[in-house]
Amino acid sequence: MARPMVHAEGVRKHFGRLEVLKGIDLTVERGQVCCLLGPSGSGKSTFLRCINHLEKVDGGRLTVDGDLVGYRQSGNRLHELREAEVAERRREIGMVFQRFNLFPHMTALENVTEAPVRVAGVNRTDARQDALRLLERVGLADRADHYPAQLSGGQQQRVAIARALAMKPKLMLFDEPTSALDPELVGDVLDVMRDLAADGMTMVVVTHEIGFAREVGDTAVFMDEGVVVEAGHPRTVLVAPEQERTKAFLSKVL
Amino acid sequence: MPVTERPAAAAPARPDDLVAVPVRHWGQWTAAVVAVLGLIGLVGSLAKNPNLKWDVVGHYLFADLIFDGLFTTLWLTVAAMAVGLVLGTLVAVMRLSANPVLYGLSTGFVWLFRGTPLLVQILFWGYAAALYKHLMIGIPFTTVTFVEFDTNDLLPASVAALLALGLNEAAYASEIVRAGIQSVDPGQSEAAHSLGMKPALTMRRIVLPQAMRVIIPPMGNETINMLKTTAYVSVIAAHDLMSNIQDVYNQNYQIIPLLVVAALWYLALVTVLSVPQAWLERRYGRGTARAGHVSPLRRMLTGLPGLLPTTRERKG
Repeated sequence: MARPMVHAEGVRKHFGRLEVLKGIDLTVERGQVCCLLGPSGSGKSTFLRCINHLEKVDGGRLTVDGDLVGYRQSGNRLHELREAEVAERRREIGMVFQRFNLFPHMTALENVTEAPVRVAGVNRTDARQDALRLLERVGLADRADHYPAQLSGGQQQRVAIARALAMKPKLMLFDEPTSALDPELVGDVLDVMRDLAADGMTMVVVTHEIGFAREVGDTAVFMDEGVVVEAGHPRTVLVAPEQERTKAFLSKVL
Repeated sequence: MPVTERPAAAAPARPDDLVAVPVRHWGQWTAAVVAVLGLIGLVGSLAKNPNLKWDVVGHYLFADLIFDGLFTTLWLTVAAMAVGLVLGTLVAVMRLSANPVLYGLSTGFVWLFRGTPLLVQILFWGYAAALYKHLMIGIPFTTVTFVEFDTNDLLPASVAALLALGLNEAAYASEIVRAGIQSVDPGQSEAAHSLGMKPALTMRRIVLPQAMRVIIPPMGNETINMLKTTAYVSVIAAHDLMSNIQDVYNQNYQIIPLLVVAALWYLALVTVLSVPQAWLERRYGRGTARAGHVSPLRRMLTGLPGLLPTTRERKG
């Protein structure tokens, strides 16, 4: 098999004296959907943020498509990359946030075209056409000229997905994309994600949506207190888990 | 009608017949009448006071010398605010930087220029030649010199005034800009970074435009302040409005009428300056669901019931 999209070996991270990741080993193959589950404070969001270097990894190796995240290896040393170099690598990794983080001073369309025009140097007309196509794909073609404040949470999150896709990423990270939504709006966002997965996008999804993980996920990873407790096929991990901690967690959320 | 009768209970009115009566603010009306009477008295006494010499005021109000001074005051205000805003933004970004050198330099700058009186700074720049008679660029501790200036040629009163006002303003503006930048949700920078935007681009396209909403009202304040503060530069004879006014009354001793001329012009300029502020606030308020700007006059009048229809009445 080709080299994995995400490969983590013994990834460690601490905030001050608090160790939040205690050696994470994880592999996400190309085209797979990996769902990270676990109680809050388990380190799943932190690990996700490490993948595109929003958090600095303190130990271990983390690679995306074969490239070290945030570092360059020469011999036995890892040299931290400059912000500009990190930015260059982030272009290929899309991220969707729990609280959407749309740019409130730009319309939906401008949110989507901003990075292609300013970062990738795509000309305005092409970027606009691309953006309209993406907005149509997430079902919001008629909301292109709305500002985020004029959109519902679910619509904002779908614009955020379109914004991330506009950079044509090879990997998409989702950080609890439906946790801040009203229950009746969750479905639309999950539909878009399901559609993306069917298209073969490699995705790492931190989620509490057990149903989604079971249905769409290729792998499910259960984390607790900074370690991977159990990983495998969703039908095993989420239906018949081996570990007591996984069972206890599932019995609470289901 | 005695309350105990409870007429509503006896004969329940149809909802359509009910009339909502707003609270009557009798105290407000009384206060308004007293205030207006007081103002009329004050204006009348000023108009009749012979020491005010309205003819002298009228004579100087549109004099060439006054217009020259006005022009200097205006460009000094605009230039000093431009220097202050650009330099202040730079200092603010430096203060928020993780780089200890940038942080130290910017903090020292703010400490020095905010910590000494503006009047001292203006005099200092005005008399800089007393500190360094010549300014030169060369190699230190040798006699090699590339360029050399006479300090007084390089720093005429107008440039000294601009430097003093601009640097002082930068110190204050930097704190306003810093507060603005810090008011923007860190998630905005994260989102921009995750799209591959570099720090400078993120600052310029994502953070600063949002910070502007917080920055503009106090900066409008600063601009109005600056317009009046330029009067201080009269101490180094920078030929601004106040310098010229002083020149005139030092010769003809018509101090009060000329101060009235100055006050009228400053007041007029400040009034004009409030217009672009409202416009800027609307521009950078894009995407926020806030009510449109209401002019202060309309606000005052709608506050007094009966003078203007309220929004509800107009809609209904």
